[in-house]
Amino acid sequence: MQLTEMLSLIVKGFWETLYMTLGSTIVAYALGLPLGLLLVLTDPKGLKPMPVFNRVLGIVINLLRSVPFIILLVWVMPVTRAIMGTTIGSKATLVPLFIAAAPFIARMVESSAREVNQGVIEAAQAMGASPWEILVKVILPEAKPSLIVGAAIAVTTILGYSAMAGIVGGGGLGAIAINYGYYRSNSNVMLVMVVLLVLIVQVFQEVGTRIAQRLDRRIRERD
Amino acid sequence: MATPIIELQGITKTFGTGAGAVTALKDVDLTIYEGEIFGVIGLSGAGKSTLVRCINLLEKPTAGKVIVNGQELTALSQKELREQRRSIGMIFQGFNLLMQRSVLDNVCFPLELCGVGRKEARVKAQKLLERVGLESKKDAYPAQLSGGQMQRVAIARALATDPKVLLCDEATSALDPTTTLSILDLLKELNRELNVTVVIITHEMKVVEAVCNRVAILADNKIEELGTVEEIFRQPKSLAARQLIVPGSQAPSRESFGAGRFWRLTFDGSEKTEQPLVAEMVLRTGAPVNIVFADTRALNGRIYGQMILQLPENELAVTEMGRYLTESGVSFEEVI
Ligand SMILES: Nc1ncnc2c1ncn2[C@@H]1O[C@H](COP(=O)(O)OP(=O)(O)O)[C@@H](O)[C@H]1O
Ligand SMILES: [Mg+2]
Repeated sequence: MQLTEMLSLIVKGFWETLYMTLGSTIVAYALGLPLGLLLVLTDPKGLKPMPVFNRVLGIVINLLRSVPFIILLVWVMPVTRAIMGTTIGSKATLVPLFIAAAPFIARMVESSAREVNQGVIEAAQAMGASPWEILVKVILPEAKPSLIVGAAIAVTTILGYSAMAGIVGGGGLGAIAINYGYYRSNSNVMLVMVVLLVLIVQVFQEVGTRIAQRLDRRIRERD
Repeated sequence: MATPIIELQGITKTFGTGAGAVTALKDVDLTIYEGEIFGVIGLSGAGKSTLVRCINLLEKPTAGKVIVNGQELTALSQKELREQRRSIGMIFQGFNLLMQRSVLDNVCFPLELCGVGRKEARVKAQKLLERVGLESKKDAYPAQLSGGQMQRVAIARALATDPKVLLCDEATSALDPTTTLSILDLLKELNRELNVTVVIITHEMKVVEAVCNRVAILADNKIEELGTVEEIFRQPKSLAARQLIVPGSQAPSRESFGAGRFWRLTFDGSEKTEQPLVAEMVLRTGAPVNIVFADTRALNGRIYGQMILQLPENELAVTEMGRYLTESGVSFEEVI
């Protein structure tokens, strides 16, 4: 294969990887963020205790989280086909990625929200804040740095999943690594893919950490 | 001082159920009047926090009525309760500021909850920060402040909605003695100027001494004793009160003294430290006494506490001693 051909393949794979990772993360946050907050809110000791609902939601999330991604990928193919009309390509991969990411994100959000000082929540209650106001004006802003760090971890984890999708016909850098690097034993391609994936993970992680630190007002700035 | 502002009627609070149940308050009645600085003191675990949290219903009593400002809080819906909580400010041992908001925005927070416009809220918050002496820190974040400064911000925040009552749960317990006094002075000033009723929960007698008008002694989940600070200091009736006034003291039981007659002398602060009272008494009557127990402490050059004396056999000398003590203004009673 010619170098230019290879290059354009890699560029395409790079964009597909970004598309799959970020696309599924964003959609998964749309579900995972409210679910995570719901887990905290409906906790028996939470602001709106609903023990039975909380327990059921927790179990469902754990069930989804315990299916290995590679199995999930194959298992949900009928669903993927029903939604996307196909099971191959990067667009189709969005479906299993979303299903895997949403419960993971829900747990990340839950843990960030739980870190918020209980005393601050109590102070807001004493001031007459409603559970909704506490959620929007206290828990989310106070948990913001932790939520951003969590988002960076979520993105990098989902990036790893997206590479796995290459095995069953998903797109992106993972697919190139498997099709060229593994099936055609092109170790150079394999190396380039690994390096690229590592770089992307590093960039996401670094950017996430930096933003979180920049926004966190708990860090003492001495002037 | 005649208008009740906080009334607790038959408040019982039990945490948990069955074998693991803990009763934190047992049938507590308490009335606090408008404009008072009321202290609640007790050892750790006595139920002080539970008591104060029952006032704004952060803790829902298992039984009993809570009336604040003429409103029976225990009869309100959640929404109505939230409304009423705006007239009850609260500050905490841990300050509980929003760490991701600036000092000014922390003070704006309760105003935001009431729907006050951003501009108006900022003007009011700024004034309150000036009032607590922190206008220069308005753009700082809580993490950049000292403990005393954080508590000042918390006070400004608690006062933003012009509450009638300010609840303070161990508000100075995390502060050093000097900062504690400055915060207590501020509370005193605010009480005087804004006529806000202040309820102070503490385990330190010096806090009560410094600011409170009346004090309730909480022990074993109930109010053991209640009165003006001077009354309690002069004549602590309950063991709990004595333990708190003279920390670490516990008068031994009558049996342990053995045979003879004993008097308990109570020093209420009207005696000066430089006055060698007991020595003077012995010299005057010519009869030696045996000090079997003494637990006193000096405060601002005055004596507080108690002493138990074994009396001489000589009845005449005893009568003389009684006269001397009465003259000196020391109250005493026979230990039986
Ligand atoms: N949320 C709770 N759950 C169970 N027990 C509690 C709870 N809060 C307080 N208690 C118990 O109630 C008693 C009184 O506690 P508290 O009011 O915090 O005392 P204080 O403030 O005087 O130290 C203690 O025995 C404590 O363990
Ligand atoms: Mg306490």
